[in-house]
Amino acid sequence: MKRPLQAFAVVAAVLVSGCASPPSKVDPLEPMNRALYQVHDVLDTTFVKPVAEGYVAVVPQFVRTAFNNVFNNIDDLFSAVNGLLQGKPDKAGNDLGRVMVNTVFGLGGLIDIATDAGIERGNEDFGQTFAVWGFPQGPYLFIPLFGPTTVRDGTGVLVRIAVGPVGYISNVPVRNSIYGLGYIDLRSQALEGGSIVDTAALDRYIFIRNAYLQRRRYMIYDGKPPPESEDEQ
Amino acid sequence: MTMTKLIRCACAIGAWTLLTPFAVIAEAQEAPDAMVKRVSQDMITTIKSDPLIQAGNEARIREVIEVKLIPHFDFMRMTALAMGKNWRTATPEQQKRLSDEFKTLLVRTYSSALTKYRDETIDYKPLRTSPADTDVTVRTVVMKTGGQPIQMDYSLTKAADGWKVFDVVISGVSLVTNYRDEFNEQIKNGGVDGLIKTLSDRNKGVAAK
Repeated sequence: MKRPLQAFAVVAAVLVSGCASPPSKVDPLEPMNRALYQVHDVLDTTFVKPVAEGYVAVVPQFVRTAFNNVFNNIDDLFSAVNGLLQGKPDKAGNDLGRVMVNTVFGLGGLIDIATDAGIERGNEDFGQTFAVWGFPQGPYLFIPLFGPTTVRDGTGVLVRIAVGPVGYISNVPVRNSIYGLGYIDLRSQALEGGSIVDTAALDRYIFIRNAYLQRRRYMIYDGKPPPESEDEQ
Repeated sequence: MTMTKLIRCACAIGAWTLLTPFAVIAEAQEAPDAMVKRVSQDMITTIKSDPLIQAGNEARIREVIEVKLIPHFDFMRMTALAMGKNWRTATPEQQKRLSDEFKTLLVRTYSSALTKYRDETIDYKPLRTSPADTDVTVRTVVMKTGGQPIQMDYSLTKAADGWKVFDVVISGVSLVTNYRDEFNEQIKNGGVDGLIKTLSDRNKGVAAK
């Protein structure tokens, strides 16, 4: 019983220290998040980024694209599910059409024929579904080796991992290899963006937070976000 | 000087003085989407054909940006929007310095992004606007082979000498909005001069936090 209490004390201390500076509405846990960002930065620069760079350097573009297409194809299926959950049958149908075209004619998702044909990805996910259902965003979180998220979006990601399909693969080495490949695929997509952040940002933590929250807002409103109420000028 | 030569000369001067304002007006009336397309295509052609840029010469890339892009941006308005309510607390000299430093930062960022330019093509979406509009959004999609298309929208305002870009929105992330919290934070900690110093330090190559 002692250990959970200690953990609670640490979390409580972080929360209290977070209240010392004027708490921000979107990021009340900023001090904790900043600390976690520092941890992430060290781990990422030392281990993950070099692996992702190596992956880009060694694996030919067409192979990387094919892997990326397979992961996207699975995501498109879940995008269709989430389109339905949000009451957007048109978008869901679009995504389902993509999955069928890419699976049947794109060699099981290796080739993204649908994008070439001009069928755009729906990019719906569980986090957006929760937003459409009216769940509050909750505090912003920065998770080491995962990146920026919010309580709502993070819950969405956990749901997505729980429903699979990779989790259903019983062969543990195979399953873990797919998780690893998916992770490096994701990280390699962000390499260019990362170097732009390094040049553009005055404070990388804030820059990433703002970009993430803006991007999510844009996705929740399907590219047509209403003007923000607290706009200056 | 014979009479004919004199007349010819006068005519030439007359034509030049008469025609110049028309040329300026013609340029001012270029539609915003046409302007974005012309400038983007010009940039792409230059990047692809310039041997120095192909070799990754950053100074040359910056020079091209200065000459071809900068005249089409309204940095004062951009900086004012990024500053929000703090803009009015800055003196005109501070405002000038802020917009100069912000400009340099954006040029640096843009040129480092351009060095990674490969074979992207740009798809220009039809512009929905009425002639009376003074603020418009030009929507484009950057297509990469083997990558997902990226939405890139330009917010433009009508000025005396043509349309000027005051914000770039990439995949829903507004450049100006993204800087607002950063600027606020800097001003809260060190005032307007603190922000100017941070910006100029960044531009001199001091790494960000």
